[in-house]
Amino acid sequence: MPFRSNPSGDPSGDPSRSEATGLAPDAPAAPAAPAGPVGALDPVDPIDPDAAPPPPDPAHPHRTQQARTLLVIALGGALGASARYGATLLWPYTPGAFPWTTFWVNVTGCAAMGLLMVVLTERLRPHPLVRPFLGTGILGGYTTFSTYALDARGLFDGGRPGTALLYLAATLAAAMAAVTGAAALTRLVLGPRPARAEGGA
Amino acid sequence: MNWLMVVLGALAGAPLRYLADRAVQSRHESVFPWGTFGVNLAACAGLGLLTGAATAVPQPLGALLGPGFCAALSTYSTFSYETLRLAESGARRYAAANALLSVLAGLGIAALTTALGQALAGALG
Repeated sequence: MPFRSNPSGDPSGDPSRSEATGLAPDAPAAPAAPAGPVGALDPVDPIDPDAAPPPPDPAHPHRTQQARTLLVIALGGALGASARYGATLLWPYTPGAFPWTTFWVNVTGCAAMGLLMVVLTERLRPHPLVRPFLGTGILGGYTTFSTYALDARGLFDGGRPGTALLYLAATLAAAMAAVTGAAALTRLVLGPRPARAEGGA
Repeated sequence: MNWLMVVLGALAGAPLRYLADRAVQSRHESVFPWGTFGVNLAACAGLGLLTGAATAVPQPLGALLGPGFCAALSTYSTFSYETLRLAESGARRYAAANALLSVLAGLGIAALTTALGQALAGALG
């Protein structure tokens, strides 16, 4: 699919933004985004997995829907953070050593994200709270970027610049390999992507 | 006890990440994932301050703010997935920029804020 990045900020250049800006589901339709031939990101799959707001649920007004989304993200985040914290208790970090526990937490979380996003955005039409709970909540709370950066800083500070650089590069490479590989493997296992229903997303 | 503090911190950190990401993403037109980039750096700053000032912070509060709030505010899974989506969409330069800028800026902010936290803790006691 052709893709046009839009650094100029011209809203008319990228029709998917009306979807991806995450306006309230019950807000009026975004003005005049021409559905022209300009290639754009698939509106169902924006770059940011949280960009598209959960579709409105007629049974619940918008405020309630937003509160439910925040609630399931908080609960998922607590579960994910508990799993990460449990891992650091099982395999405590030795200062100066390669931070294997955080490394594996992040790599396994990225692999799970690759699998989850293919299943949820390309194969299923899940309940609107499933993705916030599993992706934003559990996996977002489980993985951590701040601990990664601070562990690397500690290695530099402790006179282990080689280990710090190795840790920074190895986590990035393994995380990208994990998310890419898991997404590809999931697509392979689940077979061709079904045609999208009209008016989906 | 510490586990409970981690849970409480994550209960706040995870939804705040979502809200901050949505707020940032709704205010720019670029495909660059500034939302996740921003929350990750903010979490690095918070954890840096806390790490620097560790001697002045009681342990339960440290667990609440560190592995609880800051770690749940930041995310590696969304960061890697957004980088993958940029690359799959053909925006390979944005993907590379997101990965490299996030790591370098995260490390730089971690170093700066840790030094700041150490200075603050020293000044306070």
